[in-house]
Amino acid sequence: MSLANLLELRNISKVYTRGLINASSTTALEGFSLTLKEEEPTILTVAGESGSGKTTLAMLLLGFITPTSGQIIYRGKDITTLSGDEKMTFRREVQAVFQDPFAVFNPFYKVDHLLTVPINRFKLARSRAEARDKIEEALTAVGLRPEDIQGRFPHQLSGGQRQRINVARALLLKPRLLIADEPVSMVDASLRANILETLSKLQRDHGVSIIYITHDLTTAFHISKSIVVLYRGAVMEAGDVDTVIKSPQHPYTRLLIDSIPWPNLDQRWGERPIKARETGASSVGCRFHSRCPSAMEICEQRPPLFRLSERQAASCHLYRDNDKLDGERLTEVLPA
Amino acid sequence: MTELPLAERRPSAPSVVRTPVLRVKSLQVSYYTDAGRATALDDVSFSLNAGEKLGMVGESGSGKSTMALAMMRMIKPPGRIEGGQVFVGDVDLIGLDAEGMRNARLSRIAYIPQGAMNSLNPVMRVGAQMMDAVKAHLPNDSRSAVEERCRRSLASVDLAAGVFRMFPHELSGGMKQRVCIAIGILLNPQVIIADEPTSALDVVTQRQVMETIDNVQRQVGAAVILIGHDMGLMAQFVDKVAVMYAGRLVEVSTVREMFTDPKHPYAKALISSLPNLNNKGVFQGIPGLAPSLLRIPSGCAFHPRCASVMDICRSRRPAVVAQDSGRVVACHLFDARG
Repeated sequence: MSLANLLELRNISKVYTRGLINASSTTALEGFSLTLKEEEPTILTVAGESGSGKTTLAMLLLGFITPTSGQIIYRGKDITTLSGDEKMTFRREVQAVFQDPFAVFNPFYKVDHLLTVPINRFKLARSRAEARDKIEEALTAVGLRPEDIQGRFPHQLSGGQRQRINVARALLLKPRLLIADEPVSMVDASLRANILETLSKLQRDHGVSIIYITHDLTTAFHISKSIVVLYRGAVMEAGDVDTVIKSPQHPYTRLLIDSIPWPNLDQRWGERPIKARETGASSVGCRFHSRCPSAMEICEQRPPLFRLSERQAASCHLYRDNDKLDGERLTEVLPA
Repeated sequence: MTELPLAERRPSAPSVVRTPVLRVKSLQVSYYTDAGRATALDDVSFSLNAGEKLGMVGESGSGKSTMALAMMRMIKPPGRIEGGQVFVGDVDLIGLDAEGMRNARLSRIAYIPQGAMNSLNPVMRVGAQMMDAVKAHLPNDSRSAVEERCRRSLASVDLAAGVFRMFPHELSGGMKQRVCIAIGILLNPQVIIADEPTSALDVVTQRQVMETIDNVQRQVGAAVILIGHDMGLMAQFVDKVAVMYAGRLVEVSTVREMFTDPKHPYAKALISSLPNLNNKGVFQGIPGLAPSLLRIPSGCAFHPRCASVMDICRSRRPAVVAQDSGRVVACHLFDARG
């Protein structure tokens, strides 16, 4: 069984602690479990506002930080105990595209540098000519003309071109898993479509699984198959992306979807006044209850996940009559 | 403050014929770079009534932010305002001397820059920064009157009174952005320019900030220019949309006309590239790249990317023509009907 899993998150939590004497801690992610199957490449969205723990999840998946508890199993091995060679393989097979296409380039190097370094580092090519072919192939795959790109400095390229170079770099390494952390939030609307299309081709044609991290549910709807909505480190709702976005059940997901500025004059922002995030998190009970329009007494207790249908689950007492879904079995509601 | 749902508030009723509060005439801005002269703003004219909200959209590099900076007279070398006028009421801002312009900023025309929340001074309390701004304009007001004005302004953006004594790092991004809006409306300006006020915020905070701008705009009756590239936000917020391309205005229409029947091919492409719930998995970008301002294509700047390009587009630049309906379009397709 576990051999067929590309990635398995077992009940991971991450707690940030600060201060030595009056230590205070923030739980960025709590008891999160997820499984991605090796033979079924998928696009999974992890959505939430800032502070929901979505970037912490990306950092954990990339092995930049270690979980406070729980395990991250990549192809049958815990990523904290990988040997040197295994670590190299992991570094090659799990790639990332970050939010800011301006910050990831070193302004003193030509953009070629970003593409040649991984080739040399991972010994992907035997000769210069082969390296050049690979680079050109990757650039073409993301819809860039190699002759427009090679030999240029980062400041000579637009944000959209730079972001696509990042995707090309990831593609070059033939990854199995791509962590895309807000890849289009800083790109013009007209280029957004191109980058999203590139990502979805990557999944379809190259068999790469993608974890798409975003606060933008519109793009999530268009590119992914399944979605997990996080709020302050916990799963609020999860399931099939069509179901969750078209008929959200958790009050938080409803708030998020109500707040999407749809480019449609007849689809207005919800009329219910909203409560700002600064009204604070509840330390006990449901994390959302201080902002929740349907808060009840029982919300003082932390709600488990309830299974609403085959492809939807929400962590909310409104659905307490439904069957509980163990957090570790979250993947069951996520279609591949 | 009573909360009206957005849907009921619009459109702002054009019941009386009003004289425009803002008139921009033939504004022209160039940047002198080593590689040559880049025309960032080319003969841009439009006007705006009090209480009206205009959305200004376009790709990065299309001149949206340059427009805002030029109206504030904040273009720095190597940029230069080559010509044109910006009337707020009866006063031409371009003709003012430095001291006159200093006085006009914030009191006549306020600017909420991109990433404004990062422009707050981290070592000063919010209240002190606000009072500084007021004192620079009203040096003779008593301290208590100034403080009262600042507190009222904070209250009007729905921030708690305690924020007055706080430092910026104690506030969330959305709260900082609302502090910047509060500063912008301190002196009841006639025109407020907001340059991508929500680009770094998530959807819920974004909605809250936009609703705040909507509320204060109603209170002070100012005209608002919202600069951004998020068409969804425009649909929710503005009355009129102006589309910019390569430093020129290519279309100005009411928001309904823009979304139901865009005229200019670029506006059309922008509208059809928008995602909605019915076209899942369809990614329709605009082919080609935005032109460099140093080498603006001949004729119509959009012709290399245009789906309905004609011979004339390559050689002759289309004039900005006001259509019968009051819409403004710069495209040869509509020459005859102009």
